[in-house]
Amino acid sequence: MSIAVSESVGAFADAGGSELSASDAAREARKSLKQRRRKEGMMGWLFVSPVLILLTVFLIIPILLALYVSFTKWNGQGGPFSDKVERVGLKNYKDLLVNDGLTRKNFASALRNNFYFVILVVPLQTLLALALALILNQRKLKAKSFFRTAFYIPSLSSSIAIGLIFVFLFSNSGGINTIVGWFGISPVQWVNNSTGLGHTLFGLAGIDKAPGFLANNDVLGMSLWNWLSGPSTSMCIIIILAIWTTSGTFMLLLLAGLQTIPHSINEAAAIDGATRRQTLRYLTLPMLKKQIVLVVTLGLIGTWQVFDQIYIMSDGAGETTTPAYLTYTTGMREGRYGAASALAFIVFAIILIFTAVQRYIGREKGDVA
Amino acid sequence: MSATTEETASTIGDQDSPAAAATKKVVSYGVLTFFALIYLGPFLVSLAASFKTPASAVSNPLGLPNPFSTSAWKELFGFTDSVLTIKLGRWTLNSILVTACITVGRVGLASLAGYALARLKFPGRKQVLGLILGVMMVPGVVLLIPRFLVLKQLDIRNTYFGMIFPLLVDCAAIFLMKQNFEALPISVEEAARIDGASTFRTFRSIVLPMARPSLIAVTVLSIQGAWNEFTMFLVATDRPEFNTLTLGLSQFQGGRGSGSNYPLLMGAALVTTIPIIIVFFTFQRYFNGDAAAGSDK
Repeated sequence: MSIAVSESVGAFADAGGSELSASDAAREARKSLKQRRRKEGMMGWLFVSPVLILLTVFLIIPILLALYVSFTKWNGQGGPFSDKVERVGLKNYKDLLVNDGLTRKNFASALRNNFYFVILVVPLQTLLALALALILNQRKLKAKSFFRTAFYIPSLSSSIAIGLIFVFLFSNSGGINTIVGWFGISPVQWVNNSTGLGHTLFGLAGIDKAPGFLANNDVLGMSLWNWLSGPSTSMCIIIILAIWTTSGTFMLLLLAGLQTIPHSINEAAAIDGATRRQTLRYLTLPMLKKQIVLVVTLGLIGTWQVFDQIYIMSDGAGETTTPAYLTYTTGMREGRYGAASALAFIVFAIILIFTAVQRYIGREKGDVA
Repeated sequence: MSATTEETASTIGDQDSPAAAATKKVVSYGVLTFFALIYLGPFLVSLAASFKTPASAVSNPLGLPNPFSTSAWKELFGFTDSVLTIKLGRWTLNSILVTACITVGRVGLASLAGYALARLKFPGRKQVLGLILGVMMVPGVVLLIPRFLVLKQLDIRNTYFGMIFPLLVDCAAIFLMKQNFEALPISVEEAARIDGASTFRTFRSIVLPMARPSLIAVTVLSIQGAWNEFTMFLVATDRPEFNTLTLGLSQFQGGRGSGSNYPLLMGAALVTTIPIIIVFFTFQRYFNGDAAAGSDK
């Protein structure tokens, strides 16, 4: 929109030029205008060139290099372009997606772990942020800025520092087990515990072992039963950590959206006899749609990228490895840069697909709730 | 969770009877206080733990420090010998150095590029804008290995250069500056140009001062981002002398290597957290939702 504004300013200058073109003075003016334009064009490029150079060196070239490396078996020894490096075509991608083996198995469980992370974190953090924003948006509330800041502080802080604090809280003799103890529950081993929540729930329903069809069918080399494991206990802490850290930012975003809704609209609805639930459902939420879609999109992009929290809290132990984390361990720890690069592109594809699907759904349905 | 939303739903209108209004108020404050406790609690628990002895931090993880001990803080600030102390000073200096460089670079480059995209007409402007918006879509984690490969090829791993330069461009900041420049009244710039001021002079002495609030906002966001940065540094260096606070702290993965010296760890975690909170509070008035608006394309 603002581009259009400056464009029209340019058009205005053009019009002024052609009107006066008859006189000599105008010719002069046009000449100088042209000169100024050329100079402006040069300055424009000058102003953006540092950014373009840096983006080329540290973004475009890395991506192209990684794309090339993803088709090789380069292990970091010597240059990636040397003749000694074995070029393997699509093998790295096939190992992850098609060929039976450890690589695919690890990828499948990472995919599953991340999937449960996403489907729990995104809705929960959105709902929590929405609830807090709605409460804070009341007109007659005091100490608003205190609460707003309190909810936002975790978002400001270093994920590594916060992760360490959570390590302490969730350690075997930590604060959370103390609180759990108040309710008469024996201490839980949170860290390095791969017991799946889904399997625990199946167990409660009396299903301790995989029924035949779940055990015998597999996707990406992992049985359906293992796909249904749910998030591990260790992953649950990281889920809590993620919700706790990001909901503050999203609360601010939603609150900013709520504040653009004029209060008179709510009053009008009340006078017309709408209940508060109806007001929320048919008035507030639809008017907040843009912000909610944004929060869900940012949530989806962010949750597929979770990294720091896993690094500091579990280092992938207890079924907390995700595809992004696997990229790091495959590359930096195992030195399999080809496989790691292929994984990075697959993670990129996953994020693109998820956001595209989410945008499509968001556009199709007029209603948010 | 949905129950909370339903409750909230009933607090929107203002047309209650006095008794209902009072109940609503109590419930609202109750819910807010409960969540404030959840959001601030971990920081308070770690603050308390930093004043405990290692043994009492384990036996009494939640309560007030008893016995009250300042030995963790003495160690952190170097009053008693500790391996961690020597390191913490170095980590802090490294964090300050890279944060300062990255912030200066980001703010400078973002305002230059933002101004060019907002006001200067140059061939290819649309394409450059498209590139910058496209780059914003590239997830940072995906760049981890690619960037490592380039740093390795350029042979600038384990240098400050390699830690700083990949982070100098922040496309979100460029976009934010562009939006802000566009919101400024153009008439002042036009007047300056008619008076014969060069493009750069107009930019430096007229446009930048007018954009001060957004410059401060971008500065604070850059400080926060660079100070908290972890993954990029993780691949850019593997030598202890380049450790930043986040990188240094991360050695205590899952509490390992600390010998369960939680007071020391919690103190170090707070040293990492508190400067950013102070910076944010100092400049909070420039935000008021703008921090969030920045991520809103």
